[in-house]
Amino acid sequence: MKITGAQALIRALEHESVDVMFGLPGGCILPAYDPLLESTIRHILVRHEQGAGHMAQGYAHVTGRPGVAMVTSGPAATNMVTPLCDAYMDSIPMVAITGQVSTTAIGSDAFQECDTVGITRSVTKHNELVMSADDIPMLVRQAFHIATTGRPGPTLLDVPKDVLQAQMTWHWPSDDEVAAALPGYRPTTKGHQKMIKQAARLILAAERPVLYVGGGVLKARAAEALRELAELTGIHVVTTLMARGALPDDHPLCLGMPGMHGNATAVAAMQRADLLIALGARFDDRVTGRLDGFAPDAKVIHVDIDPAEQGKVRRPDVPIVGDCRYVIEHLVTALRQMMESGNEQADTSAWKSRISGWQEQFPLTYTPSDSGHALKPQFCLEQLRDAAPEGTILASGVGQHQMWASQYWNFKEPYTWVNSGGLGTMGFAVPAAIGAKVGCPDRTVWAVDGDGCFQMTAQELVTASVERIPVKIGILNNSYLGMVRQWQEMFYDERYSEVYLSTELPDFVKWAEAMGCVGIRVESPEEVAPAIDKANSINDRPVVVEFRVDASEKVFPMVPAGASNDDLVLPASQSAQGAALR
Amino acid sequence: MNRSDKRTTHHILSVLVQNRPGVLARVAGLFARRGYNIFSLAVAPAENDLQSRITIVVDVETSPLEQIVKQLFKLIDVVKISELDPADSVERELLLATIRSVPDARSQVIELTSIFEGKILAVGVDAITVSLEGHPAKLDDFEALLDGYGIVELQRTGRVALSKLDRTARARATTRKAG
Repeated sequence: MKITGAQALIRALEHESVDVMFGLPGGCILPAYDPLLESTIRHILVRHEQGAGHMAQGYAHVTGRPGVAMVTSGPAATNMVTPLCDAYMDSIPMVAITGQVSTTAIGSDAFQECDTVGITRSVTKHNELVMSADDIPMLVRQAFHIATTGRPGPTLLDVPKDVLQAQMTWHWPSDDEVAAALPGYRPTTKGHQKMIKQAARLILAAERPVLYVGGGVLKARAAEALRELAELTGIHVVTTLMARGALPDDHPLCLGMPGMHGNATAVAAMQRADLLIALGARFDDRVTGRLDGFAPDAKVIHVDIDPAEQGKVRRPDVPIVGDCRYVIEHLVTALRQMMESGNEQADTSAWKSRISGWQEQFPLTYTPSDSGHALKPQFCLEQLRDAAPEGTILASGVGQHQMWASQYWNFKEPYTWVNSGGLGTMGFAVPAAIGAKVGCPDRTVWAVDGDGCFQMTAQELVTASVERIPVKIGILNNSYLGMVRQWQEMFYDERYSEVYLSTELPDFVKWAEAMGCVGIRVESPEEVAPAIDKANSINDRPVVVEFRVDASEKVFPMVPAGASNDDLVLPASQSAQGAALR
Repeated sequence: MNRSDKRTTHHILSVLVQNRPGVLARVAGLFARRGYNIFSLAVAPAENDLQSRITIVVDVETSPLEQIVKQLFKLIDVVKISELDPADSVERELLLATIRSVPDARSQVIELTSIFEGKILAVGVDAITVSLEGHPAKLDDFEALLDGYGIVELQRTGRVALSKLDRTARARATTRKAG
């Protein structure tokens, strides 16, 4: 029996076990929205297409399943570019479906036509223009297969209107047919045994080893294996911004976040290490600081599923291409065998006591405000953290609040941290939190946002109210583009250029209420805990808590851009002791 | 540009791709996006008409070959990449040139072309079009000699290359292949 391309598209998504998608209809994608009425798939109608993309990302972050966004052609497709690029940078599995003008009109500058495939080519793992309805099932299968295997990433299908309207004969391709259609796509998942043994030998010989854990460990669902490796060897772990929660922050071997705003111990441990075991991490510039000053004495074992990451930034001594979980598990086996056959691990006790010395000397710190003075953002985060129900998921935007959130939160389990790491997309928090809540409806989802970020995508709280997705947003409102302000203060002689937003506008409480949320304003320390308790008790609608915080507060520690990690700027109370980190 | 001088910093990649719409744009876009320089590029269907072979000469002074190969291989439509060492490969290129030739010079151009075993393709009143197929270095030499007569128009195809057949041992070209 013949069905339409549109019916085939929706059926294909159902076959891919899609339970929810985020989108907004329009001219060219209209045919696909008709069979959606009979589908099992829940569709969440957004207010802006960028929101659909970030929601799909938030959903994928917390569930591990690919997020799906469907929008129309032209401006809708271009609005999807930012989420696609964000997902590409952070290796988030996501499938975007865009409408396109009819095949007969392509190239004619038709209404709402744009070269979606051309525009998104460099921000997707793969994309395709679907030229025949018969191709739809195969291309949908490929899009999901490519998005979720190897190094995950976003894929896009651009579907012209006449292809959606055309009749086709349904055929759901088998795994073999998909593989045969993709002769150039065979991700390496099994790490080389010889290299794994070599890595194990280096690990046993290292006196100052550090496990440098990146987002790839979470993508590979390898948190358990990581814990086993860390505990077997007693090696300390740093979790990058993309890997927060891969090992619980309260685990004795967890040093927390390294990098530009990492804590001093994590930064110094990497700098002084004689072996970095990089697991699913990509030596991002925000982690390494100035490259020629980064971990100068360290040998490097680099485990990554993407061969192109090996040697892209730092030449590894032992490159291992493979899935992190596979490699870590085999590394554990290899280490056990070596230990059982009498190979002893080098003495790391001096190193461990050095690390614990740093931890004692350089805790994260800030100066609490006196009563009657402006709130400290860190204080708000501590209160939020301590009152958070078990299993709370935290999302964030980009900037100071993001760094404080990563620093001060206590991540207890993987997949509880949703943020925009690589692209640094302001406005990520609200829609990503909504997507996360849709993916994990039984968990509390808090978004920590800045006042600048919030104003970029806040309209999605209307979506959240209408769709009954009760997320909680904590805005750290300092009336500034805070991180930019911090850089202008520190590196541009306090010449503040275009960073002041407004202390009066918008009225976040009224705005929240206008969007169907509960709005709460907090201005003094004693109001913080009650406001958070109230927010935590509301579960029938979104809540927005505005914390009016001190605009002069800066994120420390900090490695200035372009500086070596050895030139870490510490908070004033610790800066005299900086030499101890070298 | 003096092509011969630069040749030492060039590497030849023979890239087998799925013969699909947009594949050349993907390859070219990747070079642009990552800041790699293409020196020449030739593309045509390969032995299996579902696939095309792209011969890319890359300038490795400006970009690390290993990264180029790895990034290229991440493209879903790229099936196989062979890095061809000039010493272990056969290279060919085609050159077409129209030369200004007053009657006096015409016979000299014809003679030059015949020394190089090229062909005369067309003769006009005051110009002559010649072709030469061969190793790119031979084309460089021919082009340099033609220059003295006044080149009106010149077009080279960019080189194509295949591994040399090795009769003693297995081919030495390093190959990346899916699977």
